This record gives sequence, C-alpha cells and structure tokens, in this order.
Amino acid sequence: MNIRTLSFKGGAHPPHSKEATEKSAIIKAKSPNVVVIPMQQHIGAPCEPIVKIGDEVKVGQKIGEPKGFVSSPIHSSISGKVMAVEPRLYSGGTKVNCVVIENDMKDTRLDTIIPKGNLQDLSSEQIKEIIKEAGIVGMGGATFPTHVKLALPPGKKVDTVILNGAECEPYLTSDHRLMLENPEAVVFGLKALMKALNVNKGFIGIETNKPDALEAVYNAAKNEEGIEVVALKTKYPQGAEKQLINACTGREVPSGGLPADVGVVVNNVGTAAAVADAIMIGMPLVQRIVTVTGKGIKNPKNLLVKIGTSFREVINECGGFSENVGKVIAGGPMMGIAQFSIDIPVIKGTSGILVLTEDDAKLPEPSNCIRCGKCVTVCPINLMPLHISNYSLLDKFDQAEEVNAMDCIECGSCSFVCPAKRPLVDSIRVAKREILAKRKKAQSK
Amino acid sequence: MLDSTMFRVTSSPHIRSGETTQRVMLDVIIALMPALFAGVFYFGMNVIMVTLVAIVSAVGAEIAMQKVMKRPVTINDLSAVVTGLLLAFNVPSTAPWWLVAIGSIFAIAIVKHCFGGLGHNFMNPALAARAMLLASWPVRMTSSAFLAPGVDAVSAATPLALLKEGVAGQALPSIWNMFIGNIGGCIGETSALALLIGGLYLIYRGVISIRIPLVYIGTVGILAFIIGGFSPYYAVYHILAGGLFLGAFFMATDYASSPMTAKGQIAMGIGAGILTVLIRFFGAYPEGVSYSILLMNVATPLIDRYTMPKKFGEVKKSA
Repeated sequence: MNIRTLSFKGGAHPPHSKEATEKSAIIKAKSPNVVVIPMQQHIGAPCEPIVKIGDEVKVGQKIGEPKGFVSSPIHSSISGKVMAVEPRLYSGGTKVNCVVIENDMKDTRLDTIIPKGNLQDLSSEQIKEIIKEAGIVGMGGATFPTHVKLALPPGKKVDTVILNGAECEPYLTSDHRLMLENPEAVVFGLKALMKALNVNKGFIGIETNKPDALEAVYNAAKNEEGIEVVALKTKYPQGAEKQLINACTGREVPSGGLPADVGVVVNNVGTAAAVADAIMIGMPLVQRIVTVTGKGIKNPKNLLVKIGTSFREVINECGGFSENVGKVIAGGPMMGIAQFSIDIPVIKGTSGILVLTEDDAKLPEPSNCIRCGKCVTVCPINLMPLHISNYSLLDKFDQAEEVNAMDCIECGSCSFVCPAKRPLVDSIRVAKREILAKRKKAQSK
Repeated sequence: MLDSTMFRVTSSPHIRSGETTQRVMLDVIIALMPALFAGVFYFGMNVIMVTLVAIVSAVGAEIAMQKVMKRPVTINDLSAVVTGLLLAFNVPSTAPWWLVAIGSIFAIAIVKHCFGGLGHNFMNPALAARAMLLASWPVRMTSSAFLAPGVDAVSAATPLALLKEGVAGQALPSIWNMFIGNIGGCIGETSALALLIGGLYLIYRGVISIRIPLVYIGTVGILAFIIGGFSPYYAVYHILAGGLFLGAFFMATDYASSPMTAKGQIAMGIGAGILTVLIRFFGAYPEGVSYSILLMNVATPLIDRYTMPKKFGEVKKSA
C-alpha cells in the first residue's frame, strides 16, 4: 500500500476507547413495534408531515415534505399504520413534530424503490435529484442536507471531494465498521458525488488507528482514477471539516467561509454509503449504523437501526444498562449531546449512543487558570481559549469577539486538556450565542 | 432498566484528560530534586533545614491568606510547595531561618495572593522574594554568605563575583566544577548538571516547552561570546555561572508570569538573555538572572498581546 500520512496543526489525544466495538460486525437491529420519526432531523427548515392518522405507509415512502431550500425530505423506515402526528421529544432536547407509525412487521417496500441505473448513464443533475429525494443529510452528526452542499452558488468552483472517514470521536466505530464491511459502497458514493460536482479528484481520509479499514478502502479504490486514500494521524479533531481539508489539500478555509471557498466539498463516509444505497437500490435514507457503547452498556454493539427506533429499545437490544448510569450521550464524548431521557428516537445524525457510568461521567471541579497554555497549543483554529473564556465569564462579549470567539468550532479540545478543569468551551459557547444575538439585534434595527 | 429516570445533562466535552494542576506541580517538584540533592551534597545538611523552613512557611502563608480572604484553601495543588522550594534554591545555605521564612511569606502572601492567587501573580513569587531579601539584607544574601562546597565552611565568592571583582587567593573555578556545581552560590543554583536533568524531565513530561530555556541560555552564550572577545571559554563560563540554568528552566518558565505563545516565549528568552548580559557586563551587580527575569515578567502581558497566534483561515483585512 502506498498511502500518504497527513495531519493538521494542534489537536488533542483523548483515549480512543474504541476497543468495545471496533471488532464487532454490524448487526441488523430488531424491527421496533413503533417508530417515532421527527420531521426535523437536519439543519434547516422542518418538514411538513404529508400523512395523517390511520394512513398505511410502506418502507421508503415519503412522509415529510421539505419546506424551504435548506431542508430534506423524511421517509418511513417501516411499513405500517400512522398512529399519531404530534410533537415529541427528540435528541435536540426539545419537542418537534413527529410521525408515529405502528409496525405491521411485513416490511413492505414501496414499488418505486428500484435501482436508478448505472452511474455512467446518470447525469450530474440526475444524481443531485436522487440525493435530494432520498433525504440524504450529513451523517457524521451535523446533518446538513447533502444536496444543498452540492448546489454550489454561482461563481464557486469545486475541484475536490473529500470523504471523511477519520472518525476521530472516541468510542464511535460506526464509520470504521462501514468502511471495513462495505468499502465498495463508500467508493461508489464518492464516485457519484464526484460526478455530481464534475470533479476529478477525490480523497478518502482515514485515521491510522483503523489500519484494517484503511486497507479495505485502499483495495476498493485502487483501480479508480482520481481517488486517493490517505491515512490521517490519529488526533482529535482530525475529522473536523476545516482540519480535514487542510490535512488533505493543504488549503485553509477562510475564517467565516465554507469549504467551497477553497474548492472543496466534504462528506462523511456514511453519507457516501447512503448515496450509494439511493442509486444502487433506490432506497432513501431510512436506517443508519449506530455504535451503542460505553461502560454503561452491557453488550456494546454496532447496530443497523431503523430511523425512529427509540434509544430505549436500542439499549435493551444491547443487554441494557450495566451499572450506575452517569450520562446518556447522542454521539461521541467530545461533541455529543447529553440526553435526559432515553425515550427519544434514533435520527439520521445519531452516530452513536454512548452510556457513561457515574465514574466516567464525573466532572472535576474547576480551579484557577494556571496559564499553562495547553489550550492554546491544542486549539486547531489557533485561538487562545483561556482569553475568550475569561472575557465571556466577565460578560465582556465585545472583547471575546475581538479575540475571535466566533471562529471557535467547539471541538472541546481545550476543555479536555485543561489541567485546571476550566469550563473553556462552555463559556466560549455562551459568548458565541451572545455575540450572535447582538448581531441579529443590530441587523433588525 | 431505569424507567422514568432523568439523566444528568451537561454540555460537551463529556470526558477530561487526567492532567491536573497538582500533577503539573508535582512534576516541577520532582524536577527540582536532583538540584536539591546536589545542594545537600555540596553545602551540607543545613540545606535541608532551609528548604523545610521555606516550604512550611510558604504553605502556612497560603493557608493563612486564603482563610483571611475567605477563599477555599488550595494547598493540595502543591503550588506553594514549589514556590517554597524555589525560594530555598535562591538563598545561601547560611541563610538564617527567619530570613527564609520572611522570603516565603512575602512570596506567597504579597506576590501571589495579593494579586489574585494561583495564575495571577505578575512576577515569579520566589524571584520577587529573592529580590526583596537581597535589597533588605544584602550582607546575608551576597558574597560572604556563600560557602565553598565541602565541610570546612569557608566562604567563597560566586564565579561571577570572582570574574567581576576578583578576590585575593581565589582562582576562577574550572568549567567542570561549574557544570557539576562544585562552586559557591545559592543552594539550588550551582549544579548546572542537576538542573539540566530536572529541566529535561519537565520538557519530556510536556510541562514546559524548550523554547524559553534554549533561547535564553543561547542568547547569553552568544552575547558573552561576542562581548568577551570571541572566547568560547568565556561563553561557557557565563552559561554555567550565576544560576542561569535555574532561572532558564525553572523561573523564566513560570506559567503565570511568562508568555504562552510560541513567539512570545522566544521573545521572553531573547529579552531575558540580553538583560542578563547587560547587567552582568555593565551593571554594578555581578549576577543578572533574577532581575532580567523579573523585568521580562512585567513585560509579559505586552508580549502576549503582540504575539497572538494567527487564527486558522485568517483573511487579510482589506484596508
């Protein structure tokens, strides 16, 4: 294998904690009795439900129609009968409109779910349309609608597509297993994305702590022209969009800018596989791989879960909780969102369900900043987190803005390394919110 | 299965590294041990006495100040122990116990806690205390107070004093003796070897970066080489003399009073190096390390401001 090893400047080294599931093959989760499918699983405008109580639905049937440009349709993951259309709690922490469907366990597919033809016969526009209609969003967790990413504003030219297989979040192994078990789908998805954007250069970046996945993807891509598989140094946040672009191409996305500003579009490997499914099978995005792990889970697993299955059911399928549960997190430990309830559905962006024990979840008391500068060293954006944080804690948000609070990507590296256990990223988040609120106010005047 | 439990919610990240302030301070203490052993070896058991007094009064002063100011007592972070140790390293082995105690109390109560406690001192507390002691009790802190290594307890001038003023009957020490510490001086400053071992340990542990010590020592060496008439001997003599290793590895790298950015740390090293040489060659006082570091401590906020790292993706502002 002739693979380059690349990286970015800064970053932290949290323990990988992937041992529990990195060797477990993906298993299809049991089909749930009921699914609760939120009408908002993406960044952007929520969908309008287009089914009503009593309707019969099939697998792959559209049940939510996007409203607005930045939005993405929602499909049913099972066949059965609509029981309710009402606001329910989801992993965002609030209630959103959900379609609740009772499973008839027949798994009847919609007739229109058929392969969309060969890649070479599809035009760029057709591919974009398939992706849009399949409801594909960024599956790394950010859930930005993929077709919007592909719709470049006039004047922007893109020459490179990068697939993100870094999976730098500790504990998570869903991308790892996907690349290992189905590298062909990942490579196919990349080819489709490259064709959609009319570019000839594609990268697949994978961290060095997944040598088996690197090899599998390398072998699947070695005869493809223009596709380079690169090894990425195992370092957090290697999978952050701007850091990944910098590692692969050496380009620097301008502050406040988008990847397209430097000619790049980045997608997660899971997103590429979903694109492959949408073209090769014709199936919209109705299921995803979820890593269910942490010491608080009895039998950690990588499960292929139907969208709308409750966390509770998924956790039960993994043997339930093992001991004192400290925290339940949707996503990984660095950027995932802690959940107060497990009666919430798995959505398109749920890359993992992490259950920490009381011991794991204990957060130490903060003490005085000793100005050791570790936060400055690890910050992938070259910020000085201690200064932003200090200004924020003093309610001096203008000064926080001056020291570049808005550039923070909230990766949490600073809070992770801080020996004084200061709430760095928390206070920077507060500052960002205040600054945004002020800008909005200034605009409306 | 827990049924209607509400789980705890906090914002991310949900895990923290094992790094703690206490561990950082413990590393500094470990790194200072070789120099302490060297001090005991060369200057005798009185060194232990002085060190204990310095540490006990530093920790005592911290407890007292935090009680008075109604703040949580944080002696467990070991920072007061470090300050006490460093103060002991900066006094002669003949220093009376009250002198040491006054130094420690001044360092902790005035320089550290009056300015906000750990992380807020604008100067290195131990160095500021040394400067105070030197100004108040010059006789007990200079020349005749320094002992020659060994059991005879005769006084011995420091290498720099010898170089500057010359003392009848005392020859300049050899480079080797200066390297291992077999010379007159403060308790912890004489053995460059022991300090180097400790300093390298700190760099290996990631507690300090090599920038400040390397640039500081390098600047002193180069300038001494030039001013001394391009003599390599002169350059090495100046590098090994006057507690430069103690200052460069352990004092100039004090987190609270030194720059955090890479560029700033280089500026700190160059600045302290120039000041040290200026004081040694052109000042009235033979040793320049402590004052040069104190002066750079005061300049640190300014250095930090002008060496802020360029943020990722910074766009040139169009004028």
